[in-house]
Amino acid sequence: MSVSSKKEMLRVDDLWVEVEGKEVLKGVSLTIPVGETHVLFGRNGSGKTSLLMTIMGFPAYRVRHGHIYFKGQDITHLPPYERAKLGIGIMFQRPPTIRGVKLREMLQLCARENGYRITELAREFGFEAFLDRDINSGFSGGELKKSELLQLLAQEPDLVLLDEPESGVDVENLEIIGRMIRKLLQKEVHRPRRKSGLIITHTGFILNFVAADRGYVMLDGKISCEGNPQEIFEGIQKHGYQECLKCLRRMEMEKTLNK
Amino acid sequence: MSEKNGDGKDPKQIDLSSFISAKEAKAPSSLEDFDAEELARLKEVGLDLSGHGRLGTFIQADCGVVTCQCLPEGLELLPITEALRKYDWLKENYYWKAVSPEKDAFTKATEEDLDNGYFVRIGPGEKVVYPLQACLYIRTDRVAQKVHNIVIVEEGAELHIITGCTTSPHAVSGLHIGVSEFYIKKGGKLTYTMIHEWGEKVHVRPRTGIIVEEQGTIISNYISLDKVASVETFPTCHLVGPEAVAQFTSVIAAPEGAYLDLGSKVILKAPRCRAEIISRTVCYGGEVIARGHLLGQAPEVKAHLECQGLMLSDKGYIRAIPELEAHFAQVDMSHEAAVGKIAKEEIEYLMARGLTEEEATSLVVKGFLNLRIEGLPEELQRRIDKAIEESKKGL
Repeated sequence: MSVSSKKEMLRVDDLWVEVEGKEVLKGVSLTIPVGETHVLFGRNGSGKTSLLMTIMGFPAYRVRHGHIYFKGQDITHLPPYERAKLGIGIMFQRPPTIRGVKLREMLQLCARENGYRITELAREFGFEAFLDRDINSGFSGGELKKSELLQLLAQEPDLVLLDEPESGVDVENLEIIGRMIRKLLQKEVHRPRRKSGLIITHTGFILNFVAADRGYVMLDGKISCEGNPQEIFEGIQKHGYQECLKCLRRMEMEKTLNK
Repeated sequence: MSEKNGDGKDPKQIDLSSFISAKEAKAPSSLEDFDAEELARLKEVGLDLSGHGRLGTFIQADCGVVTCQCLPEGLELLPITEALRKYDWLKENYYWKAVSPEKDAFTKATEEDLDNGYFVRIGPGEKVVYPLQACLYIRTDRVAQKVHNIVIVEEGAELHIITGCTTSPHAVSGLHIGVSEFYIKKGGKLTYTMIHEWGEKVHVRPRTGIIVEEQGTIISNYISLDKVASVETFPTCHLVGPEAVAQFTSVIAAPEGAYLDLGSKVILKAPRCRAEIISRTVCYGGEVIARGHLLGQAPEVKAHLECQGLMLSDKGYIRAIPELEAHFAQVDMSHEAAVGKIAKEEIEYLMARGLTEEEATSLVVKGFLNLRIEGLPEELQRRIDKAIEESKKGL
């Protein structure tokens, strides 16, 4: 790998976060280099979404300790729209409906810095019929994901945060959603990639559509394990998260014994 | 609760004698007497002066009729004073028949000292695509403008009217009394859109009565997004023939200092009539009473009332007063009312897309006030959207 591809896009450093007085992240650290896609596995309630929300900067997620660096800049205390302007984009798992605001209008707002051609973009993924509908209003599971990804494509962020992109999507749409994510992360580009991604997944099935460079397992607000994403995925598929816990206990025991 | 309506008491205790008669003001003879700022005001309330000539246009400043021209055949547009001289039947069958002059001090004052107003009549079966535009304009400070309008839609005819009401940028205070009586005959249709953009010291007292016959339709839209001292209006619509339809929609913003007591009442007097009252209110610190009263006085009627409010400040209030009254077993009548603040998750969602908190709030409010009116021709919807866009600029 060339030196430039090793440049860091995101660095999370010993992050402790609480929501309404409850500790949700307990010392999380990870680094995503430019051009890499990392996957975060974990059960529901393990803290995966909290990590994404904290990286995006939502005020309910209070950082008690630690730092977030984006392209080398400390963004720990920036509001979400400043982070968006710097180049972070997020795909929500359950985006709200905004009455009276059309998807087209939203896409134009997302694309206001780059002048992206909205209609062409929507047509590419068979979504132009939704442009003049109220955003997310009455959208099915797959349509919500497409709407979210279309907004991100218009926004063109350098770091993409994807929260459970495959949940509630049928097989047919999963193919299109995979294609959208690959475009977003420049997976089909041969020159050095500039985009990075952090994908949250409970099932891991998104890996069948999007290649990842590194995987993590999150348990109870901590990253308990990291390694080859495919191996982690296969391990979880075979043994479930229960096995992760056992493995973790074994590791901890070995650690104590070695002392 | 309802003491503020119907019995002539006025919550703001307006003293009619503190205003001067519109007749004392010097009336302009044509639009050429208007300066650029005044013309811009007219545009803000939806008046299309470029289409001047193509459309029917009525402009009254204080007491004087500045423009009264009408091209489409089958459509008659006259100053009301002239129409009353011309047609004896007007006084006999229509004048003060849907609104009582004894209703309150304002109707009495209008009966005693009428300035002017418009008379519109569309002949049987005639359908006019382009909207007729009317403008009632207070040009002189401290004027009390007393207007009486009558619209008659004959059998099977269709008419669209846009009325813009505003004040000159040079006039500070004023009182506008507008008596309106609409008569929609069998199978006729009237869409009436009123856009108010008064000043912060202008008091407004519309008094409206509507009578709709068999299979007739009234679609009434009211838009007020600007500063105003007080508005009190409660149009009363009588659906007297079977299958008559009424739809009232209002889009309201209440800035600090504004007192808005608004609503409509529909009396469904014949079988299979339908009525809908919808209001959207954004409160920036003003006082808003959002009323709606549906009265089912015949079997098989269907009526719905919907009142939604957004509170953007801890000052002011929105008081929603929905009323349903059924007199038959076979009716379908419902209401829903909701008042609250903007959902935090909507704001945060937009902020994650790069909008500042202020931009996000403004977008959510604009979306909330976006209304789709069923049964409106595309051209008219476009005009209304444009007018709302214009008046939203201040939000």
